[in-house]
This record gives sequence, structure tokens and C-alpha cells, in this order.
Amino acid sequence: MEALLWLIPALPLAGAVILIVTAGKLSRNLSALVGAGSVGLAALITLIIGFGFIADPAHTFHQTLWTWINVDGFKPTFAFHLDALSMVFIFVITFVGFLIHLYSIEFMHDDEGFSRFFAYLNLFVCSMLILVLADNLVLMYLGWEGVGLCSYLLIGFWYQEEKNGYAARKAFIITRVGDTAMAIGLFMLFQHFGTLNIQNILTQAPQTWTIGSETATAIALLLLGGAVGKSAQLPLQTWLPDAMAGPSPVSALIHAATMVTAGVYLIARTHVIFELAPVAQQWVGIIGAVTLLIAGFSALTQFDLKRVLAYSTISQIGYMFLALGVGAWSSAIFHFMIHAFFKALLFLGAGAVILVLHHEHDMFKMGGLKNRLPVIYWTFLIGSASLAALPFVTAGFYSKDQILWLAWAGEKGNLWFFLAALIGAFVTSIYTFRMVFLTFFGEEKTHVGHHAGKLITIPLIVLAVLSLVGGFIELPHTLGHVELFSGFVKPVLPAVEMRPGAESGEWIIQLTAATLCLAGIYVAYYFYMKRPDLRRELKSSMIVTNRFWFSGWGFDALYDTLFVKPFVYLSTRNKDDAVDRIYEGIVSGLNRVHNVFAQTQNGVMRWYIMGIVIGAIFVLSIGLILT
Amino acid sequence: MNTISVEAGLILAGILFMLGLISVMIRRNIIFMLISVEIMLNAAGLAFIVAGARWAQPDGQVMFIFILTMAAAEVSVGLALILQLYHQLKTLDGDAANKMKG
Amino acid sequence: MEATFYIASAVAVLATIMVITRYNMVHALLYLIVSFLAIAVVIFVLGAPFIAALEIIIYAGAIVVLIIFVIMMLNLREETVTQEKTWLTKEVYVGPALLSVVLLAEIVYIITSGETTSVNQPVIDATAVGVSLYGPYVIGVELCGILLMSGIVGAYHLGRQKKKIVHRFLEKIEE
Repeated sequence: MEALLWLIPALPLAGAVILIVTAGKLSRNLSALVGAGSVGLAALITLIIGFGFIADPAHTFHQTLWTWINVDGFKPTFAFHLDALSMVFIFVITFVGFLIHLYSIEFMHDDEGFSRFFAYLNLFVCSMLILVLADNLVLMYLGWEGVGLCSYLLIGFWYQEEKNGYAARKAFIITRVGDTAMAIGLFMLFQHFGTLNIQNILTQAPQTWTIGSETATAIALLLLGGAVGKSAQLPLQTWLPDAMAGPSPVSALIHAATMVTAGVYLIARTHVIFELAPVAQQWVGIIGAVTLLIAGFSALTQFDLKRVLAYSTISQIGYMFLALGVGAWSSAIFHFMIHAFFKALLFLGAGAVILVLHHEHDMFKMGGLKNRLPVIYWTFLIGSASLAALPFVTAGFYSKDQILWLAWAGEKGNLWFFLAALIGAFVTSIYTFRMVFLTFFGEEKTHVGHHAGKLITIPLIVLAVLSLVGGFIELPHTLGHVELFSGFVKPVLPAVEMRPGAESGEWIIQLTAATLCLAGIYVAYYFYMKRPDLRRELKSSMIVTNRFWFSGWGFDALYDTLFVKPFVYLSTRNKDDAVDRIYEGIVSGLNRVHNVFAQTQNGVMRWYIMGIVIGAIFVLSIGLILT
Repeated sequence: MNTISVEAGLILAGILFMLGLISVMIRRNIIFMLISVEIMLNAAGLAFIVAGARWAQPDGQVMFIFILTMAAAEVSVGLALILQLYHQLKTLDGDAANKMKG
Repeated sequence: MEATFYIASAVAVLATIMVITRYNMVHALLYLIVSFLAIAVVIFVLGAPFIAALEIIIYAGAIVVLIIFVIMMLNLREETVTQEKTWLTKEVYVGPALLSVVLLAEIVYIITSGETTSVNQPVIDATAVGVSLYGPYVIGVELCGILLMSGIVGAYHLGRQKKKIVHRFLEKIEE
């Protein structure tokens, strides 16, 4: 069955090609069938392959389709490599992708660009699958840029509004900064190994470099640059909140569940290099820790429902980076999977709420939706609980708890990582339930329009179920000790080494985390339900901090002053392009000469013949003189 | 017994060519210009014949036939152009057809 | 044989000079026929009887007749002769003639500067030419066929005289 692997990216690609070629001529039903159907089939094939794979997770499957380029030793192939890590990713991409496609059929139903939307979405799914299945880094880069392109197209999907185009360009340019770093990293890898085949590099790297080698560190840092750009981590995180300009399913699929975790995938995939470069790996952890705090505090002050979720996404990916930084590879991937479920759920729920409230994004204008939209309320609540890591019942608790524990007890963990993660967890539960209370509780402020149909509610319910039970495949030592997930990815990602002397005490950390989560919920309840006046007081007393957090810690303004303004200044100064003057001079000189010679072209034929004769005399004379 | 020098033949061709060239340059009547071009082509052909005779090869004569063919085609198209030009401009003055200029 | 060559050459040159100095077009054409006939003699003397025949048939025959046809079609009368007189003035022909003489002098110098060789080969008859034409030059023959074809099509296209057709190069004249 694994021979069908190539169909998984090929089907969405075929769907995209059909939708692009027909250019909106297909009826809506047919477009939806092509768009969602192709991804659905891909998901089905993934499931079939997956069942075969679970039996023996240690084996890998390699499928070479054709040689892509062949230039003097540089010979990347169009080949797919399936192992446990890519299995997890293609499962999440196709499965969550399919649910979001289903949801989009109803969500986008009245949109003019219905067919265009599915074309982009299919192309995205295809690119993302190529990214995670690629057996060499060049092919991976193709997928990497492909998802970047689709992200750009989908953020700017409603291109008639200028700010959407701006957001799309911002996302594209900022991720490009990271991509450039990554490309340089790839060049260096090729220089050292003469190949970009991932498996070859991973086997050769430990033989070539010693631990802490400068080259390895440089390459790891460059790859980290790429990962940081794509995954919206510090310092390239500013594009993600603006990326919410796209339709909600896009935010769910691309800017929460899949594309933004490409950085996590990259680091996990090349973990061997990072293990050889402890400094770079530590930086991964530091970036993750700082990002999760910054984004968490920013999420506290937002009033746009989708922006809260955007900052929360940045923060959760920060957790994944933190896990990668302490070497807890499988925990990062586990959190990725659980996060994909509950964050897609939250975005889809938020999209549904926004849809029924006639495109109202402001949480303070919502409220009281609990009884109006029971299905959305319950699923959203489950997603929020999972995000806030409500103890014992939600999947988010198990995945996040593992990261907390390893940030403390892992060999590369330390107190600071642990504290950051702990504070982040507290903040997470505050902003999550602030969101829930503002949206669904209190009095009704905006009239509810039409109700959500089955195509919206079914994906929500499926994702809600996954957000609850998804965690039970990996339970900590203290609670049942199930290691299905880490056992599954173990052939690819080694288990984390424990710090000596930190084996015990896991239950204390779990208890602390659980307490903090509940405390966070209570704080949210206290300020937003019980004593709203106190909140206003607090807000006015901390107005500066509030503004600072609201603007995402002023990074946009900082970059504006540091890069954009000097650049704009220089380009205005050089509007007439100093270098261009030289060429303009040449052009005008030639123009003048041309005008002189144009005079000789007077249309009188005899004149031309005379010219030929004079030329002949000239040439013959030269010939005679020279001989 | 054939003792004609090659130079004499070539110089004859050169003189004829030059006469044709002078005529092309001094005439304004386009029919005269066409006639002069014929003279020049003929002179060029003559030069080939002389060369062919010098090496005793038929190639010179082959080239003459090619030139002849070319001259026939050229004169037919040229005369058609002259007719067209005369209908447009109502004159045979070659200088009148000077609209194509820089 | 040598004498024949020089006499024929002299006739050809003189006849050509007469061609280029005539004001009357038909007179010029008559001299042109003489010139072609003289050249035919030269060619014959040089040992190419087939080409001499072609020279007479096609140059002196077909091409000149074609030009005469056109003169008849255009119905050119005495006024063209007077017009020609006004066009062919001294200042018009001195410059080009001088230039051409310079060019001729150079060519003559180049031709005569080498060693003198004489044409002392036997006659090359039509058979040899034919064998050569359809042997190594067969592609040239085919190209000639294409050229003649395009000549016919081009002449037909350009020679048509529909009233409304104004050639695109000459459109502006009608304004």
C-alpha cells in the first residue's frame, strides 16, 4: 500500500490544477467536490498507509519518482521519505486539512472566489505534504516556499481591501528573511557534504563534526533562522497577528495547525545537527521561552478574537521550540499534533462565531452566545480547555505537562526554561478563559444571524473529540504511563535524556501546573465575570503596559524605525538613482549620435547607393594600403 | 588557340559594372535605374564566366545561370513595383518615393 | 580569337555608355540589346556557348522585352524625354562618375597586380553545365525554383491594380 504514497501530495495538486485551469467556471458544488474530495482521498490513503505503518514504526519507506536536477554531482531527486515523523505530519495535514476543507464549503459558500479559495487551499496542502515528505532539502525548500506562496495568496485572499494586501506582503517579506538564512544554511550543508539528501546528511554529520563544532553551530543557527521566520518566533513573529486578515479556515489550517509548525518540523528533522551544536539548541529553547511569554502577555490585551488566537498560536509554538531546545523532540511533535487539533478547532469556532455575528471581530461586542450557539459553545469550550491545559481530561494538559516536566528535568533543561513555561501556562489559561467569558457569557450584545450548518458543526465536533482524547496516547509516569506516541516516533527522534537527580518530583510539577491553570481560570472569571469594574481600574492604572502588550511589545514600531524608515528614507533620497545617471548619459549620447545619423536616412535611393560606393572605395583602399 | 588574358575579361566586367553603377547613381527615372541594375548583374555574371573559363570548370557557368534566374525574378518584381509606384505617385521620379526616412 | 574578344569588348563598353547617356528610354534599350549581344560574343569566345545563347535569349530577349512592355503599359511619351533632359544635368553626374572611376581604378589595379594568366582552356559545353547543375548544385536549382515562384507571386500581387488598394508604405501620400 505504501506505493500509493505519491498520491497523497499528487491528489491535492491535481485538485488545485483542475480548479485553476477551470478558473471558476465549475459550479460551486463541483468546486467543493474537487477541492474537499481530493484532500479527503489523500486523507483516506494516509489512513490506509498509517495503519500499515503503525505495525512497524521503525521501518522507513522511500519512493523515488524522478531525478529533478542533475548538474555535476548536485543531483536532488523528486523523492519521498516516509518515516514516523513524516507520518505524524501527513496525518495531521491531510486529516485536519480535510476537516477544514469541509468547513470551508459552508463558510465560504457566499464568497465570489469560492473556486479560487479551494484552488489555493489544495495547492497549500500539496506544498505542505511535499515539505514534510521530501527526502532532500531542495525538495523540502520547494514545499517550504510553496506554503509561503499559498500563505501569501490566502492572507491576501480578499485583495480588494488594501490592508489585507499589506498583511500578505508583510507575511511574505518577513518569512523571506528567515528563508534566506535557511537557504544559506542549505548552501553550507551542500558545501560540506556534497549532497542535500536528509538521511545522508544525518548519518554523515556526527562523523564529520564533533560536538560544538563551529560549522555545525553556524548551520544550525541558519536553519533556526528559517524555522523562526516560518514559525513566527522571536524576532520574526510580527507577521502572524496580521495574517489573520485571511479567511478563518485559512487561519486555522495555515496559520495555526500546519504551516507555522514547519519550523518545528525542520528542527526536529535535522535534530542531529542541533545535537552537535548545543549553543544553537540552547538558542532554540531561549527563543521559545521568550516568545511564549511575550506572545502570551500580548494575547491578554487583544480585543480581536482572531488576534488572541494568533498570539496564542505564537505562544504555543514557543512551547514547541522550548521542547526542541531541551531536546524533548517527541514532546514537541506531540504538542504540535495536539495543538493542531485544538487550535484548528478554536479558529474554526471563532470563524463560526464571527460568521454568525456578521463579521464582528471585537470580543467586547460579543457575549451571551452560550445558549444561542450551543454546539459552537461546547466545542469552543473544549478547545479552550485543551489550550489552557485543564488537568486530566484534556489532551492539551498531557502534551503541555510533558514539556513543562522536561523543561525542568531534561538534561538540557534549567530553572529559567521551567519558570517561563510555568508563567506561560498561567497566562495562557487567563487569556483563554477571558476569551471564552467575553464571547459566550454575559449579556448578548450583537444579534445572531443565521445559524451554522452541519458542515461547520461536524468538523468542530470531530476536532473537539480529538482535543479531548488525543492526549491519552501519551500519559506521564504518574498517570498510567502510556508511551504510544513517543514509542511511535522513537526510531526517528531519540528520547530525552534526564538530568541526574531530577527523576522524581514529576507529580509536584503536574500539581503546580494544574493549580496554575485553575488559578488562571479563576482570575479570568474574577476580572471578567464577577468584578468587571476592577478590570477597568486595573486597565487604566496600567495603561502604558496595556498599550505596550497590545501592540505586541512594540516590535512593529521597532522594525519600522530600524528597517522600514531608513530604507524608505534612502530610497526617497535615491529616487533618481545615482548609478542610473551614467546609463542615462550613455543613452542620451547615443540618442544624439542617432539623430545625426538619422539625417542621412533621407529616403533618396541614389544617396544610399552613393553611400555603398563610398564604403566600397573605403574598404578597398584599406585593403590596398595594408597589402 | 585561346590566349585571352583573364585580366582583360575581368577588367571588361569591371568597366561594365562601373558604367551600370554610374547610371544607377545619376538617373532619377526608376526604369533607367532598373536597366542599370541589369547591366551590373550582367557584368557580375561575366566575371563568373571569365573565372570559370580560367579554371576550366562549369561552376562559373552555373553561377551565371543562378544570377540569370535572380535577375529574371528581380526584374519581374521590380517592374511590378514600378507599375505600382507610378500609379501611386503619377511619376517615374525615384526621388519622389522618399517617404521612408529617419 | 583574341581580336574578336577585344572588338566585342569595345562594342559592349561603347554600347553601354550609350545606354546610360540616352534620354529616350527606347533608344537606351536598343543600345542595351547591342551591349548584351556584344557580351554574348565575349562569353562565346571565352568558351561558354551555352551561356552565350542564354544571354541572348533571356537578357537581350526576355528581360528587355519585359521592360518594353512596361514602357508601353505606362504609355510614356515625349515629355519623359524632356523630363529626362532636365534630370540628367552635369552636376548630377560628375560626382558619381568620379567616384565610380576611382573604384574602377582600384579594381583594375587589384586585378592587374597579380600574375598574368590566360584563358587557354577548351570549350565547356551545356552537358558539363547541366551535369554540374543537377549534381552538386541541385539545392541551388531548387532554391532558384522557389525564388522564381516567389517572383511570380510577388509580381502578381504587386502588379494587381485594384482601385482601392493603397500600399501600406505609401498610405500617407493620399492625405
